[in-house]
Amino acid sequence: MRVVLAEDLYLLREGLIRLLEAHGFTIAAAVETGPELLEALLTHRPDVAVVDVRLPPTLTDEGLQAALKARREIRGLPVLVLSQHVQQLYARELLADGTGGIGYLLKDRVFNAEQFIDAVRRVAAGGTAMDPDVIAKLMQTTSRRPGPLLGLSPREREVLELMAEGCSNSAIAARLTVSDGAVAKHIANIFTKLELAPDEDANRRVLAVLAYLNGTAGRAA
Amino acid sequence: MTTESRASGASVRAQSREALASGGQGLARLALMVLGAVPGSVLPVGAAFVVGAVTAAIMQPYYLEGPFALAAAVTAGSLMAGVLVRRTANRTRGQLERWFGIRLPVVYQPMPALELDQRGHWWTGYSYHRSRTVAKYVRLLHWAFRDRTTRAEMLWLIVNPLMAVALAGPVAFLLLMGTAYAATGPTVSDGVGPFSGQMVSILAEIVLGLGIAGAGVLVAPYAVRGYVEVARRVLDQDGRATHAQLTRRVAQLTETRADAVGSQAAELRRIERDLHDGAQARLVAIGMTLGTIEHLMDTDPAAARDLLSEARQSSARALQELRDLVRGIHPPVLAERGLGDAVRALALDSALPTEVCVSLPDRPPAPVEAAAYFSICELLANAAKHSGADQVWVDILYRAGLLRITVTDDGVGVADPSRGTGLRGIERRLGTFDGVLTIDSTSGGPTTITLELPCELSSPRTSTSFAKA
Repeated sequence: MRVVLAEDLYLLREGLIRLLEAHGFTIAAAVETGPELLEALLTHRPDVAVVDVRLPPTLTDEGLQAALKARREIRGLPVLVLSQHVQQLYARELLADGTGGIGYLLKDRVFNAEQFIDAVRRVAAGGTAMDPDVIAKLMQTTSRRPGPLLGLSPREREVLELMAEGCSNSAIAARLTVSDGAVAKHIANIFTKLELAPDEDANRRVLAVLAYLNGTAGRAA
Repeated sequence: MTTESRASGASVRAQSREALASGGQGLARLALMVLGAVPGSVLPVGAAFVVGAVTAAIMQPYYLEGPFALAAAVTAGSLMAGVLVRRTANRTRGQLERWFGIRLPVVYQPMPALELDQRGHWWTGYSYHRSRTVAKYVRLLHWAFRDRTTRAEMLWLIVNPLMAVALAGPVAFLLLMGTAYAATGPTVSDGVGPFSGQMVSILAEIVLGLGIAGAGVLVAPYAVRGYVEVARRVLDQDGRATHAQLTRRVAQLTETRADAVGSQAAELRRIERDLHDGAQARLVAIGMTLGTIEHLMDTDPAAARDLLSEARQSSARALQELRDLVRGIHPPVLAERGLGDAVRALALDSALPTEVCVSLPDRPPAPVEAAAYFSICELLANAAKHSGADQVWVDILYRAGLLRITVTDDGVGVADPSRGTGLRGIERRLGTFDGVLTIDSTSGGPTTITLELPCELSSPRTSTSFAKA
């Protein structure tokens, strides 16, 4: 699997290259700046991009902007964004086109190599991987705000949270210690309650997560 | 008639209508000016006359009645004038601002506080006095006569009626003359034929009279303009900062500087403490754990593995603490995206549904941005905690060198800066940048809090200078 990597800190970049190569990924390009990243994404068209939000030359959100621009060119290009902090705002921007293949994780998640590699694989396969921190923050605000998600039962909420983190049905079943069938039933209920049409099943998961992010954000959008 | 001449006829008509309208407006303003000048002259003179006459009447049987009456008249007149000094000047300032948009800022020198020295004498700021009452009056006199603004106002009290007479006099004369001329003409009505010589002369008189009156109307705006010019010369300190303005400004700067230095020092202490007790301590612990792991690696690999996972968790927690610390110093979103998106992100995390509207052509300077961000942060937290509101609106607007932020909620109101430290803190934070906090919060009604910060955006096209004394 070919990866384009963008990270301006030398130590972290080398560490990530070693980690990814150790798990069987091929590094197509490892770049340092926003413009380089955009160029590398457009020329190499990797299976997945691992991108730091803050990149030179401006040291603002160059990485995020480059990733979003590349996704406008190459629809559904899988991008996993790493950041020192997680922001609902950025998560929403990444998920806005509703095509999936998006991950947004804290850099700390690299500590747990298995989970991190798992997230990269999931994003490459077109799934989502939201940081548990984003989800936790959302939980604080949802419980106090009106929105379409208030109609969900507590169990359905839990399932949606895990879906947002990017877990598969069986992983959710394992985490909640219920059967796969029960999870499937909950997910079907969630789709109905959020009024998501049953055309593309893979995208509905993304749309549900998006609804989760948007719904909790209320009218602030 | 050709189109051209018709057009020019129309334009002449329009011009004359305009001239008449401005003449009418000028007349009205002139009349108001004269009315405004009346109390400044008539009341003191009248008071002086009445008091002088009464004193004279009372003192008649005694010796020296004349000088007594004169002294009483002068005293009464100047007391009356003293009462009217500021009122007259302020009325003129108000007129100038309403009619011509000329703002004349007024700053009076603050009255110095009386100080009691060790010998029991009162110091007024200028002189020592044994009696407190005397000191009070001396201070009042000093304060009244030393202030440049007040002196200008006293001058205006005298100049104003003189100007009114000098300018309104000719206009009134023209108007009266014209009216009298036109009105006396047609009184001879016996035996007047339609084309008799008498009729013609009457008509000529009416025309002449109306012409004179019209000239009066046309001259009126010039008279008003002259009045404005004189008023401005007398009353405006015209950029020359008065001593009072400078004193006030210095006091304000000293205070805000002390606040800024104090809060910065406190902030540094907080950061130092947080680092020392948090991340630093955790890193030390991680180092120790790693040492132990090194030792256990050969003898007890299972225990070493447990410790490794512990060390990893510890490092994750240290990172979390550092992240929180950074957010408290300068939030990453603010650094990456600027005020607008930072506030939007804040709204997403807020407990209340928050609508954000941003109109910022460019980024304000970083310190201003941070001050605005943390102030909004505090206000949103306040709204969530105390207001009982269902919805909050944040409006960020930049116009004419001023960053204006309004935070409105539909809660129960009665936000009071004296109750908590939050609003005071915001005031201090803004004060460093000459910013102002205004609270509009009625009981039971909505609360609107407005922050205004003078600043320049990074874009060169919005360059504004602040001619502040």
